[in-house]
Amino acid sequence: MSKSLRINKNNFIDQTIRVSFKFNGQKLFGFKGDTLASALLANDIHLVGRSFKYHRPRGIMTCGSEEPNAIIQIGNDPSSTEPNVRATEIELYEGLESFSQNCWPSVNFDIGGINNFLSPLLPAGFYYKTFMWPASFWEKYEFFIRHSAGLGKSPTKPDTDLYDHQYAHCDVLVIGGGISGILSAKLAAEKGLNTILIDDKNCLGGSTIYQEDDCFKINNEYSNKWLKKEIDNLKNYPNLLIKKRTSVAAFHGYNYLLAKENLTDHLGINERKNKIRQRLWKIRAKKVVIATGSIERPLIFNNNDRPGILLNSSIKKYIDFFGVKSGNEISLFTNNDSTYETAISLNKSGVKVNTIIDIRENSNSTLVKKVQKIGINILWSHTIVNTNGYKRIKSINVQKLSADGENVVGKKIKINCDCLGMSGGWTPMVHLFTQSGGKLKFKDENYIFIPDINKSPSDQISVGSCNGIFELDDLITNTIKNIKIFLDLDKTIYDNLNVICSKETEKRNIWLLPSDKPLSKTKPFLDFQNDSTAKDVKLALREGFKSIEHVKRYTTTGMGTDQGKLSNMHALGIIADTTGTNMGDLGTTTFRPPFTPLTFGSIVGRNVGEFFDHIRKTAIHDWHVENNAKFENVGQWKRAWYFPKNNETMFQAVQRESKAARDNAGILDASTLGKIDIQGTDASEFLNRVYTNAWSKLAIGKCRYGLMLNEDGMVYDDGVTTRLGENHYIMTTTTGGAANVLSKLEDYLQTEWPELDVYLTTVTDQYSTISICGPRSKNIVKKIIPDLDLSDANFPHMSFKNSKIDNVNCRVMRISFTGEHSYEINIQSNYAKDVWIKCMDAGKEFNITPYGTETMHLLRAEKGFIITGQDTDGTLTPSDLQMDWIIGKKKYDFIGKRSLYRSDTIRDDRKQLVGLLTEDPLEVLEEGAQLVEDINKKPIEMLGHVTSSYFSPNLKKSIALAVVRGGKKMKGKKLIVPMENKNINVTITDTVFYDKENKRLNA
Amino acid sequence: MFIINCPYCGERDQSEFSCGGEAHIERPKQPTELSDDQWAEYLFMRKNIKGIQFERWNHAHGCRKWFNVVRDTSNDKIHAVYKMGERPPLK
Ligand SMILES: [Zn+2]
Repeated sequence: MSKSLRINKNNFIDQTIRVSFKFNGQKLFGFKGDTLASALLANDIHLVGRSFKYHRPRGIMTCGSEEPNAIIQIGNDPSSTEPNVRATEIELYEGLESFSQNCWPSVNFDIGGINNFLSPLLPAGFYYKTFMWPASFWEKYEFFIRHSAGLGKSPTKPDTDLYDHQYAHCDVLVIGGGISGILSAKLAAEKGLNTILIDDKNCLGGSTIYQEDDCFKINNEYSNKWLKKEIDNLKNYPNLLIKKRTSVAAFHGYNYLLAKENLTDHLGINERKNKIRQRLWKIRAKKVVIATGSIERPLIFNNNDRPGILLNSSIKKYIDFFGVKSGNEISLFTNNDSTYETAISLNKSGVKVNTIIDIRENSNSTLVKKVQKIGINILWSHTIVNTNGYKRIKSINVQKLSADGENVVGKKIKINCDCLGMSGGWTPMVHLFTQSGGKLKFKDENYIFIPDINKSPSDQISVGSCNGIFELDDLITNTIKNIKIFLDLDKTIYDNLNVICSKETEKRNIWLLPSDKPLSKTKPFLDFQNDSTAKDVKLALREGFKSIEHVKRYTTTGMGTDQGKLSNMHALGIIADTTGTNMGDLGTTTFRPPFTPLTFGSIVGRNVGEFFDHIRKTAIHDWHVENNAKFENVGQWKRAWYFPKNNETMFQAVQRESKAARDNAGILDASTLGKIDIQGTDASEFLNRVYTNAWSKLAIGKCRYGLMLNEDGMVYDDGVTTRLGENHYIMTTTTGGAANVLSKLEDYLQTEWPELDVYLTTVTDQYSTISICGPRSKNIVKKIIPDLDLSDANFPHMSFKNSKIDNVNCRVMRISFTGEHSYEINIQSNYAKDVWIKCMDAGKEFNITPYGTETMHLLRAEKGFIITGQDTDGTLTPSDLQMDWIIGKKKYDFIGKRSLYRSDTIRDDRKQLVGLLTEDPLEVLEEGAQLVEDINKKPIEMLGHVTSSYFSPNLKKSIALAVVRGGKKMKGKKLIVPMENKNINVTITDTVFYDKENKRLNA
Repeated sequence: MFIINCPYCGERDQSEFSCGGEAHIERPKQPTELSDDQWAEYLFMRKNIKGIQFERWNHAHGCRKWFNVVRDTSNDKIHAVYKMGERPPLK
């Protein structure tokens, strides 16, 4: 067992509550308030994973969401295990199980580590160059890549956790609970504005809350003490909602933001039961304050990736916040003053800082002077040229920088250390600003991109260090000044704050630090997770890549789960230096949502299982269920598909149902067909314009089939419309097309023909439709509606009667989609199931057979009736469907008419609907199968495809509909349907297979 | 996701609306008089402007009314909303 690196002082960790957890099977202890990372460090564990490409040992490097190395698998339950979790963000809980990823067989001995020695063979673009060719080898490559490069394991069972969505509206949303965010939220709340403050941590105050040093004072108090009081005071504002453990994932236009709140991930497994795990907040804010702060940059030098190398600010947080020292003998490497705060903190906690290596020539700030007074050795103008130690840093080699910073000079010094801190300055977190549409500008003095206030979307502001302001006094003054303008405040409680802080005067920035060895012999890592080095970026530039977006993809820099938060700037800097471009001109890569990863659970919320989509059921649905129906989804509708008896297969059931419908009687629930009630003095004229055929002369009480086109002349929808009165029609549409047809008709009425007096009402749900067909249908309807005269003279095909069933009004249409003598009873939906049962009872002696959509499709195919959306696909005109008869030639205009004689639509080699018969009558074609004429011609010419195909029990042979190029003129021609293991011979026929003379309609 | 000020209902979330493409393209009154090219111009040709664009929108999950929107496609800023048949505001 390694010794504990915990010190006893602490403010934020409850050292009275011990928490046990496991890491790679080893049982360890931490305290309540620890993150997994701080608990591991307290146990002297730095090595937590292997890098993606070279499998180099990697340690915890940061303390936040930018962590590139400590990527952990949490838990091993197949339904809740979670890969790619950052150890720096996971709050420790009792029983936490965690595992390293991307190493096999173990983090200490890793087979893939051999890649490290092969690294000369794995340069930038390696994956693209090696694995792309020949294509047939891809499957083999993929196996190896997947095995050796996997980032964690996905859960194998469904997620059993609960997730929630919640909407929130507010006057002001403040993102970030650091000092700028606290000040902003307080000013907003003080004004009485409805305010939400969001922070991703469990503790407000950012880094200021543990900044206890006499170099930083507000109103004569330590900055942390002052801020603590301000935070404690926030609870006095009932109009301020504080959401901790909540991270903003996306900032969309019009101040619409998504934020994920973690509710149970920090609790012990047993405390989570029946609680919501995560909530996705959908926030619409009148104004947004971005106070997301900044993150520290690494420095780019040879072997800067060893376990034990951390960011300086992280070392400071681990000691000040978690009471964990990252090592016993620490060296710090820097180019700025903030590192000296870390040195002071370590020193105060009794941790030895043996050297500070500073690339600057000097600095005389208060902080630096204080460190010098303590007696810590500072090497000015020095750099680290190499680090040593495989699984943990052991020592560093240091050399003096040349004046231009491009080389090293003088003697190499070796310094022993078990931990190295580094700081390359600070990068403002501008991700959310750019997501919202803001543009950045380059601030040369700090080598940073900051929000360009002239190119910012309105009603938002960036304050604090995410706005590129780093000194405590400037930061506070600026935040208050800007918030006053932003929220239109007069006087504030913060107008006379007295802030003192150490000021940084000296700056020096070198994107790629030199080594005593040539670049090609070094490993200065840029993207730690993806293992891309400064070398790779330079190689990409040599190979001709210029755009940062291309370099990024080619080298995979910034493409890990940290999305380049750490080192994007260095990549840009190196490109700028190498190509002699200004960084400002180069621009950054695009920051896309989510800012931090979202779980799928939080994205879908409660919309899982039966709540995934609306389910529409007909009024008769329960009867279908009770009678063993199998259902198919048609849009959101559940439609009875077929009604198997005993152990029937689908084929057997459909054959039986189809035969019964023609031999005796069949009954179908057609309630899902769209029904639109059309009224108004111009109703007839309206139908004239939307359908291809003429409507004015349709007598009251008659029905007519109509075909609706798009303006491009292509068939869009079809259905029967009935004239109920002089100015009153009821239109039926296809089940799937109902909503779109209504929208289209409303569009024309409102925008093109506002002069028409027409009113449209959808009545699909109000009326149910029961269709009874077959030679004995008349007997059945006669029994149900004895008063209705069903003689052909009184009630012919394509007509309708108002009637009553047990005193309930109904509309009965004599229309047919099967070619049989048929009736459709339309009745108020709440009576539909009773009427259906009545029909079943009445039909018993006539052998009535319920049938589903599959039989309906088969019966209509026997008759050659099309189904729009199955036999059509938006590319077929009425003429292509051999339905020229339905075009009202005398009509001046209707939707799509002009397109019917465009040069393209009158071509006779268009695909046209035909019938197909197979040479072997038992051979049923596959829908979608291709049709060819000459199987030997290369490439094979595709003439068309099968759109509908069935075995007809009434004809005792296979039938099919197809679209074939120039098919109209090909009747009798033999074609081939090539399948995987055989070629099927077919002959083109007429589209009507059964009862060509339509005798059965009146049978 | 932006907010659209429906001229009949007021401000509503974008998810309640559907976009009907470019506005002020009138269906020809006498299509039969048009050449193939003229008809194709009406049928197919639409602008796709980066910047100020005049669009048709429908409050599909609301009052179901169609109306016009002047939107800057580069930042989704809506400059004007007006009813069908009303004159577009001057640019
Ligand atoms: Zn509306």
